[in-house]
Amino acid sequence: MGTVATYGMRKAFGEVQALDGVDLEVPDGAFFVVLGPSGAGKTTTLRAIAGLERLDAGSVHLDGRDVTGETPGARDLAMVFQNYALYPRHTVFENIASPLRVRRDPAGEIAAAVDEVARLLHIERLLERRPAQLSGGEMQRVALARALVRRPHAFLMDEPLTNLDLKLRVEMRTELSRIHRRLGRTFVYVTNDQVEAMSMADQVAVLKDGKVRQVGTSAEVYERPVDRWVASFVGSPRISLLACHVDDDRLVGSQGWSLPRPRGTTAEPGRPLLLGLRAEDVSVERRGEATVEGEVFGLEPLGDHTLVDVKVGTETLTVKARPTVAGRPGERLSVTVDLDRAHLFDAGTGLALSGAGR
Amino acid sequence: MAGSLVARARPARSSPRSGPRGRVRKTVELALLAVLVVAMLFPVLWMLETSVKENRDVYAVPAKLVGFDLTLAHYRDVFVGPSGGASDLSVALLNSVVVAGASTILATVLGVPAAWAYSRFTLRAKKDQLFFILSTRFMPPVVVVIPIFLMYRTLGLIDSQLGLILIYTAFNVPFTIWMMKGFVDQVPSEYEDAAMLDGHTRFQAFRRITLPLLLPGIAATAVFALIFSWNEFVYAIFLTSSREVRTAPPAIAGLIGGTTVDWGLVAASACVFAVPVLVFAYLVRKHLVAGVTLGAVRR
Amino acid sequence: MAGIEITSLHMRYPDGTVAVEEVDLSVRDGELFVMLGPSGCGKTTTLRAVAGLERQTSGTIRIGDTPVDDLPPGERDIAMVFQFYALYPHLKARDNVAFPLRAEGLPEAEVRRRVEDAARMLQLGPLMGRRPQRLSGGEQQRVALARALVRRPRAFLMDEPLTNLDAEQRTDMRAEIKHLQRELGATMVYVTHDQVEAMSLGHRIAILNKGRVEQVGTPMEVYDRPASLFCAAFIGSPPMNLVDVEVADGALRGPGGIALPVPSGLPDGRPLVAGVRPEALEVTAPGTDGAVRGRVASVEALGDETIYVVECEGEHDVRVRMPPTARFAADAPVGVRHVGGPPPVYDRDTERLVA
Repeated sequence: MGTVATYGMRKAFGEVQALDGVDLEVPDGAFFVVLGPSGAGKTTTLRAIAGLERLDAGSVHLDGRDVTGETPGARDLAMVFQNYALYPRHTVFENIASPLRVRRDPAGEIAAAVDEVARLLHIERLLERRPAQLSGGEMQRVALARALVRRPHAFLMDEPLTNLDLKLRVEMRTELSRIHRRLGRTFVYVTNDQVEAMSMADQVAVLKDGKVRQVGTSAEVYERPVDRWVASFVGSPRISLLACHVDDDRLVGSQGWSLPRPRGTTAEPGRPLLLGLRAEDVSVERRGEATVEGEVFGLEPLGDHTLVDVKVGTETLTVKARPTVAGRPGERLSVTVDLDRAHLFDAGTGLALSGAGR
Repeated sequence: MAGSLVARARPARSSPRSGPRGRVRKTVELALLAVLVVAMLFPVLWMLETSVKENRDVYAVPAKLVGFDLTLAHYRDVFVGPSGGASDLSVALLNSVVVAGASTILATVLGVPAAWAYSRFTLRAKKDQLFFILSTRFMPPVVVVIPIFLMYRTLGLIDSQLGLILIYTAFNVPFTIWMMKGFVDQVPSEYEDAAMLDGHTRFQAFRRITLPLLLPGIAATAVFALIFSWNEFVYAIFLTSSREVRTAPPAIAGLIGGTTVDWGLVAASACVFAVPVLVFAYLVRKHLVAGVTLGAVRR
Repeated sequence: MAGIEITSLHMRYPDGTVAVEEVDLSVRDGELFVMLGPSGCGKTTTLRAVAGLERQTSGTIRIGDTPVDDLPPGERDIAMVFQFYALYPHLKARDNVAFPLRAEGLPEAEVRRRVEDAARMLQLGPLMGRRPQRLSGGEQQRVALARALVRRPRAFLMDEPLTNLDAEQRTDMRAEIKHLQRELGATMVYVTHDQVEAMSLGHRIAILNKGRVEQVGTPMEVYDRPASLFCAAFIGSPPMNLVDVEVADGALRGPGGIALPVPSGLPDGRPLVAGVRPEALEVTAPGTDGAVRGRVASVEALGDETIYVVECEGEHDVRVRMPPTARFAADAPVGVRHVGGPPPVYDRDTERLVA
């Protein structure tokens, strides 16, 4: 069993409240991602689970057992650090063998375990080298190997792919997913890159200012964000937010536009709201009754699609269009909105209105 | 508004060292540097020459810069006493080695773990604590020599090697902590985190991973501590008197005074005194550079 | 503003390594020109040569129409923004921005006016009184930008300015730099290893590899028809799938029985590589007509699309872009089919585009 749970974790560094009551429940064998901007408290959360930070309040439970008072070594967790933390004076073999040597495993078993893990990560030929002779990607794999070799209770990963270039990062993402499925163990993975989070996670916990804002699958967090902040943070390009209010059966925008009210939404007339539209739910091509007028502000050709920034009064609406779309800044156009997929948030609290669109 | 930040043409400026004005400037710079070099190196040269001159050349008037016979008699006198046994100076030199060596080792053994603790842990009023530690070096040590003397008299530490070792350590520890903290800061704490997750205790992690990486820094810090202890004069003079305990600086200074001064012996003693530290610094010279930059460019 | 001409630039280090080899680049006045490539490709070295921070072994650099090879950096009338901001830590933001102007000896009233202009352009207002350590990474980078702006240089040189920021800050700063460049009409030479950044910002992109320029073109040109296998693998996220193929029976045929439409004029039997974009493929049920068999290695649900990584027979992983509604599970057997027109084709030995 490899469940990880935290209850009410609180930790302050001087005046900064890094953790402000963090509750997490990581199911056995899940690839659980803790996502948030820098300063959200993700690394502190991970370090608290590992036992590298002492909590001011709250507890950490592994497999139902309260381990809050135990040392890192006693918790049987393995961690992969952002800058790998490979022992610079030891060979790759010694680095990977390190946790087993502390346990005083017999030399034969150690060699076998290191070989197996080295083969899994394709680093057999590097075993006699020193960290200084390795590339970033190779160091990453050695760090992973060191974590994998002991078959711990759970794996903790602190933004391990951040220092790699794009090509390596994409490859390692797939590799990590494969390894995770093969081992069936619990992974707790921290990142500030929401694309990374979405692509690998079984479950995502979105953290801000030391608090968990939302927990769910990638799809849940993307399609049913609990507030405007989560909606803005998750998803690329960023969700467009337009100020509006309800008037009878219409949504009336502060910039003068008007749309049919999305089905299933209720709000008092006049209450300030925000209409959230993802770029892929707005189109420059279809025609229908849900249209908004605007002016082309900029075009961003990204290869497989082009993003069109449309200025609606003083607000901006981003539209995902085909790569061949043409348009000049200043040109006027109509965009069609898929209201079934639109989000509505209260402009004051930022919370999503229930039943908005889906 | 965009137009206001667009560039306009600007005339090129020439470098201050080119052109005829530049040549005069260069000559003046060179002349000043030459004067400085002579002023700084001449006393050393004179001392070296005096240590190998015959006595008659030492006192010769006008003074001889070149063209004199060489003799090693003074060097022999440094080590061999008038009755053939060990000279007083050789005993003093040995005392210097013992006192400076012991106080450097002690300061390092105490200072390095303290620096590590300051680097890794959050402590109450840490900045104030560190400032207080450093502030003990703001005043010249001589300022408190009288109170220390009185304390030592009560404790019976006057005229003892132990007394000197203790006071030198007390002066070196703050400096060691301050310098070593900079070096420890440069070693990422993640190494120790990784080691702790592997199962080591915090101390084991420090000993196995961090300490080997700190050796250059320790070498640099030790050299500076050694230099201080080796050259220390005021406390040695105040706190020691007997031949068995006295260190080299007071012993050499004691050669000057009275009716005639054996300048050859003084010069030779000074040269011999300078050698050990020079040798040690040479051996750790690569690490000294690390000490000078002190991680100033680390991001 | 001025254009920049780099002619036959060659930079060799004393130990023999060639950092930049016969590079010819032409940056137009008012253009945001991106130099893109992996670390060690020579892009930063070239930029530093333009700045005057390093001296080239041979070749000329002209800014405007002036050859600048013998001028020190301070006299080339360019401003540089670095990856690590390089803000003076003991000065407030306002004084950081004013520093180059005061160093030139401008009257204080003029200095103040330019600093306020730059602060307004970059929305730095309330932050100007702070010291760098009290600013976030993105804010520090904006101050660095302002410091470059006030000098009113003829061109801006940017050395991976966003690499040090986290993902969210990077997206914001990217939009800001783009907006700034368009509004000022500034000539910018921008170095990065992030191809999304290059595509999104650049008017034109130069892809560098091992000191040589592999391709120069607009983002769409570079995306649709990469000039070499290196460019093909570098541009596009997820990366282009590279499939070993041969022309046979009027189609490009590869492992697992895959058949791709072939551009005309290619000889049969020649060893080739086809560059297939993830959006030119689709995942289907196994055994579908024209589909290659495979197994799903991983599923990346990105919200607006789902990327499937499929292990196909005899091939490396193939990446396929599918709409978010696709519902294939990990480890499931599937088929992969090509949809779309003839892909760019490369010679397997020369690695250059042949059709």
